[in-house]
Amino acid sequence: MAERLYVGTRKGLFELAPDNGHWDIAATHFLGDPVSAVLALGDTVYAALDLGHFGAKLWRRDGAGGWQELAAPAFPPKPEDAGDDPHPWSLGKIWVMEPGGVPGRLWAGTMPGGLFRSDDGGESWSLNEALWFMPERRQWQGVAGGEQPGISSVLIDPRNPDDIRVGVSTAGVWASTDGGASWSIINEGMYNEYMPPEQKGLPIAQDIHRLARCAAYPEVVWCQHHNGVFRSEDRGHNWHEITAIRPSKFGFAVAAHPRDPDTAWFVPAVKDERRIPMDGKVVVARTGDGGKSFEVLRNGLPQRYAYDLVWRHALAIDASGERLAMGSTSGGLWISEDCGDNWSAPEARLPPISVVRFASN
Amino acid sequence: MATVRFTSALERFLAAPPADVAGATVGEALAAVFEARPALRGYVLDDQGALRRHVAVYIDGRAVRDRIKLSDPIGAEDDIYVFQALTGG
Repeated sequence: MAERLYVGTRKGLFELAPDNGHWDIAATHFLGDPVSAVLALGDTVYAALDLGHFGAKLWRRDGAGGWQELAAPAFPPKPEDAGDDPHPWSLGKIWVMEPGGVPGRLWAGTMPGGLFRSDDGGESWSLNEALWFMPERRQWQGVAGGEQPGISSVLIDPRNPDDIRVGVSTAGVWASTDGGASWSIINEGMYNEYMPPEQKGLPIAQDIHRLARCAAYPEVVWCQHHNGVFRSEDRGHNWHEITAIRPSKFGFAVAAHPRDPDTAWFVPAVKDERRIPMDGKVVVARTGDGGKSFEVLRNGLPQRYAYDLVWRHALAIDASGERLAMGSTSGGLWISEDCGDNWSAPEARLPPISVVRFASN
Repeated sequence: MATVRFTSALERFLAAPPADVAGATVGEALAAVFEARPALRGYVLDDQGALRRHVAVYIDGRAVRDRIKLSDPIGAEDDIYVFQALTGG
């Protein structure tokens, strides 16, 4: 399989390949169209579009073939008695796609909070009704004050495809151990600073920006939360705050090392109201000891008047655990081949980046 | 037969040629088009069958009033235009 990095932006999908020791753009796709999610399994690539006028779409490319549009996930007819549901029953956008651990199975996390499953490689999708029809789902808060909550993270246990965790902005961590037939909210130990005092500690009040788990030790899950970094060693049930993160604790993205449960990367920013890098310097924070301490990595990253923000899905790690990629709201794209010690940027001025993803086997 | 015409902005994604269709309402006319071209439906309507927020439909120069159930009546000779409302940047 060829090494590839896919970069989804506000104005198209960019495909990068290694060329003489540097990553370079090898192809462009969907130029002009917003890309909201990407998944590349071997030579099969899925691209979710978020068309401003015409809705959320899903396309697939197999090998060297052309792109083919697939039926996008769709919500069932809204029942008459669901008139007071605060969330729309229509696909807003596909926010994340993950392989389901068995051939042909894919999961899609969406706005307005629907989780969809395909068992035929994306040809058809069905809403996970067990999660959507839970009464608590109506308490989910919209992203950025909007009306649509979003499932930003779907974690499948590499050893058991029926063991699923989803992270919701804003509604905590939900778990199923029966393939999605039933769900419960599981996250204890987080707090949400911006909520009223009596609600700060409620599991459903937690603003899960992004979850990442160690593939080799799936008990270990990292969370970049709205107001800090948390870590769980029991599959997302109990969390403790990682206070050593620096230079700040706010951010969106997290990447977990595929084999070392103590290593993870974050992209800290000035919190909340401002959402810019500290002091105009883009940095990555890496821990190698489970969050007890962090190194701040900056070699090759902009260190003067840089206001790049890295969204939830715009920090990626490949299966080696050494190669990372990061894309920003200003269109900055950086790749590291040495665990983040050094970064280089391909020759390009890209649109705002929503997602970066390496092709996986 | 009414004629349904689609914005050329759709051509990047799929074919949407003008179609002569029968129907008493704009919803029936669109449904007749989508029966022949099912992939087009999701570009014009949301999951509940309402017009997408940023899609406009005009019947002989008048914007449709019922964007949810598409019940506006149409005449046999009407021109129905489906186009995008301006958004974005």
